[in-house]
Amino acid sequence: MASTPTDLDALVAQKYQHGFVTDVESDTLPPGLDEDVVRVISKIKREPQFMLDWRLRALRHWQTMANPDWAHLRIAPIDYQSISYYSAPRAKTDGPKSLDEVDPKLLATYEKLGVPLHERARLAGVAVDAVFDSVSVATTFKDKLAKAGVIFCSFSDAVQNHPELIEQYLGSVVPYADNYFATLNSAVFSDGSFVYVPRGVRCPMELSTYFRINAANTGQFERTLIIADEGSHVSYLEGCTAPMRDENQLHAAVVELVALKDANIKYSTVQNWYPGDENGVGGIYNFVTKRGECRGANSRISWTQVETGSAITWKYPSCVLTGDNSVGEFYSVALANHYQQADTGTKMIHIGRNTRSTIVSKGISAGRGQNTYRGLVKVLPSAEGARNFTQCDSLLMGDKCGAHTFPYMEIRNPSAVVEHEATTSKIADDQLFYCRSRGVSEEDAVNMIVNGFCKVVFKELPMEFAVEAQNLLAVSLEGSVG
Amino acid sequence: MLSIRDLHAQIGARKILKGVNLEVKPGEVHAIMGPNGSGKSTLASVLAGRAGYEVTKGTAHYLGDDLLALEPEERARRGVFLAFQYPVEIPGVNNAYLLKAALNAVRKQRGLQELDAFEFLALIKDKMKLMQMDESFLSRGVNEGFSGGEKKRNEILQMAVLEPKLALLDETDSGLDIDALRVVATGVNSLRSPQRAIVMVTHYQRLLDYIEPDFVHVLSDGRILRTGDKSLALELEKRGYDWVKQEASAA
Repeated sequence: MASTPTDLDALVAQKYQHGFVTDVESDTLPPGLDEDVVRVISKIKREPQFMLDWRLRALRHWQTMANPDWAHLRIAPIDYQSISYYSAPRAKTDGPKSLDEVDPKLLATYEKLGVPLHERARLAGVAVDAVFDSVSVATTFKDKLAKAGVIFCSFSDAVQNHPELIEQYLGSVVPYADNYFATLNSAVFSDGSFVYVPRGVRCPMELSTYFRINAANTGQFERTLIIADEGSHVSYLEGCTAPMRDENQLHAAVVELVALKDANIKYSTVQNWYPGDENGVGGIYNFVTKRGECRGANSRISWTQVETGSAITWKYPSCVLTGDNSVGEFYSVALANHYQQADTGTKMIHIGRNTRSTIVSKGISAGRGQNTYRGLVKVLPSAEGARNFTQCDSLLMGDKCGAHTFPYMEIRNPSAVVEHEATTSKIADDQLFYCRSRGVSEEDAVNMIVNGFCKVVFKELPMEFAVEAQNLLAVSLEGSVG
Repeated sequence: MLSIRDLHAQIGARKILKGVNLEVKPGEVHAIMGPNGSGKSTLASVLAGRAGYEVTKGTAHYLGDDLLALEPEERARRGVFLAFQYPVEIPGVNNAYLLKAALNAVRKQRGLQELDAFEFLALIKDKMKLMQMDESFLSRGVNEGFSGGEKKRNEILQMAVLEPKLALLDETDSGLDIDALRVVATGVNSLRSPQRAIVMVTHYQRLLDYIEPDFVHVLSDGRILRTGDKSLALELEKRGYDWVKQEASAA
C-alpha cells in the first residue's frame, strides 16, 4: 500500500522561516537586574522623573513577588539575572530621520519578514512602526496620521512629546503591581508603541507594528498603550517573529487599551515568535499581559489573535467592561505543535449595565503540543443585563498532543445570561482520505480542514492579514498531519 | 484500463481479499455483488488507496501503471474516482472550495488551465441541475448536516465535475429512497461514455434496474466466484448467493 496509518505519526518539522540573525552593532546592557539597571534604562531614554519613579516602584514590588505557577505549563526556571534588559542598534547620530538613514541590513531583515515598510506600505494603507529589539527605527506615515490628529509613535517618543497622556493613562488598565510579568515589564520596558486617536476621529489607516527580537539573550519588554478618545475608531495590528536560537528567550510585554465613550478599538495579533525546534529546544517564552478597558458607555474593544509561534504562550487579552452597553470581544486561534505549550484565553469583566461579551476560541494541537483555553467571565452585581457567549473548540491532530479547557464563571447578578459551548474534535484519517481521494494533497487537505475550523476567527482579521494568518498556519502545520 | 491479478489484501491479520482477478475496459460497466463481508468495499478501498489495508500478493494496473504504488491523491489526479459508501463530513470547509481544489488538481494533471471562481461556478451549476441540488449547497460545509440522499448525490456531483476515467461506486444505492436512487442513477448514466469505465459495488439488484451493467461478478469470501451478464443479477435476486458458493466449491 502507498499509505499506512504510521504516515500520520511520521510527518514532522517544517523549518522556521524567519530564523536568521541580523549582524548589527548593538548597545546591550550586561545581564542582570537591579535599581541601577532601571535607572540606566530610564536615563538612556531621558525620561521625566515620574517615569523613573514608576519604574522603581514596579521593580521594588517585583522583588517581593514569586514566579506564578498556576498555568497548565511546564516552564524551566528562568534566571532573571542572566538576562540583559536593554539592547539597541547603535545609532550613527541620534537616530534615523528617514528611511535612508536606517541600517540597510535592518531594512533587509524587514524585507525578509515581509514588513511593508516602503512604497508597498503606502499602497497597502499600512503605517508601520517597526520595533527592532528595543528601539523604534522607522515610523511611517506620521504625517498623514498627524493631519487626522492621530498620534502613532514609539513609546519613548510619546514619553518625550506627550508626557501628560502617558502620565494620565500609563498603568491605568494594567497597574504596575498587576502580576509578576507585567510588573517586571513596568520596571524595565524599553519601548513599544503609543497610539492616541482624538475625539470623533476614525483613524484613516490600519496601524501596525512588527516586533522582532534580534540580539541573543535579551528579553523584550515592550509596552503598548492605545487610547481611543470619545467616538473614535482605530484598528491596530501587531505581527511578531524572532530568529532561531537554541536558548529560550523571554518576551514579557504589556498592552493597555483605553476606549472612552462610543470609541471602538480593534486589536489584532499575528504572533509567530520562534517556537523552538521539533525536539522542544529553544523558542520564545511569550508571557504577555493584554487588557483593554471599555471605560465609556457604548464603547467596544475587540481582540483577535492568531498565535502560531513561541515555545510557551501565556496570555489572556481581556476586556474590562466598565461603561454601560459596552462590548468586549475575543477571537482566538492558538496552535501548539511539536513541544509548544499554549495557555491562553481571555477575561471578560462585566461592570456596566447591559454589557456584552463574545468569546470564540479555536485551539489546535499537533505533535506533542499542549493547548489550554483558560477564560473567566465575571459579572459584577452592578452589571444588570450582562450577556456573554463563549465558544471554545479544540482540534487535535495525532494522539500525543493535548487540549484542555478551563472556563471560569463568576456571576453575581441574577439578570446575567451566560452561554458556553465547547467541542473537541480530531482531524480524522477519514477526512484526510476523503480529500486526497479527490486529488487534494495531504498537506493541502490538512490546511483546508484547519482553515475551515478557524474560519470564524480569520473573518475578524483585516483582509490582508487574514491571508497572512492562513499562510502562517499552513507553514506552522506543514508536516504535522495526524 | 484496470487489470487486477490475484489480489490479496488484509486488515491486520484478517485476510479479506484472497485472489481477485478482474479486467475492466473503457466504456464498460461492471457490477460487483456479494453477501456482507465478502470483500466488496475492501476492493474499492484498496483501489482508491485507503490506509489500513495491506496488499500481500497480486497486482492492480491502471492504464499500464502500478496503481497500488500511487498515493491516493495521485490516483485521483490520474482519473480514478471513489464514490464513498459513507461520505465524510468536513465542517467549515465549503463544498465549492473542496470541489474547486479537486477539479484544479485534476486539471493540472491533465495539462489543462486551472479554472477561476467564475468559470468553476458556470461549470458546476449545470451539473448541480442534473443532480437536482440546490445552489445553497455550494456554501455549506462538505457533507455537513447532509441527509443520506444528499451525501450520495454530492458524491455523484463530484464525479460529474471531475470526469474520471475509472469510477468506483461503493454501495452508492445504500440508504437511498426510490426517488433519490433515480436521481443518482440518472447522474451516473449521464456519465457513461466509451472512454469511461464504471465499477459498482452493491448488495442489491435494484440499482442495476437503473444502471444497466455489462458484467456482473459475484464476490464471495474474497474471490470472484462467478461472472455473467445482467441476468446473473436477476438470478441472484431470486436464489440468493448460496448456490453460487455451492457450485464453486463443487467445481
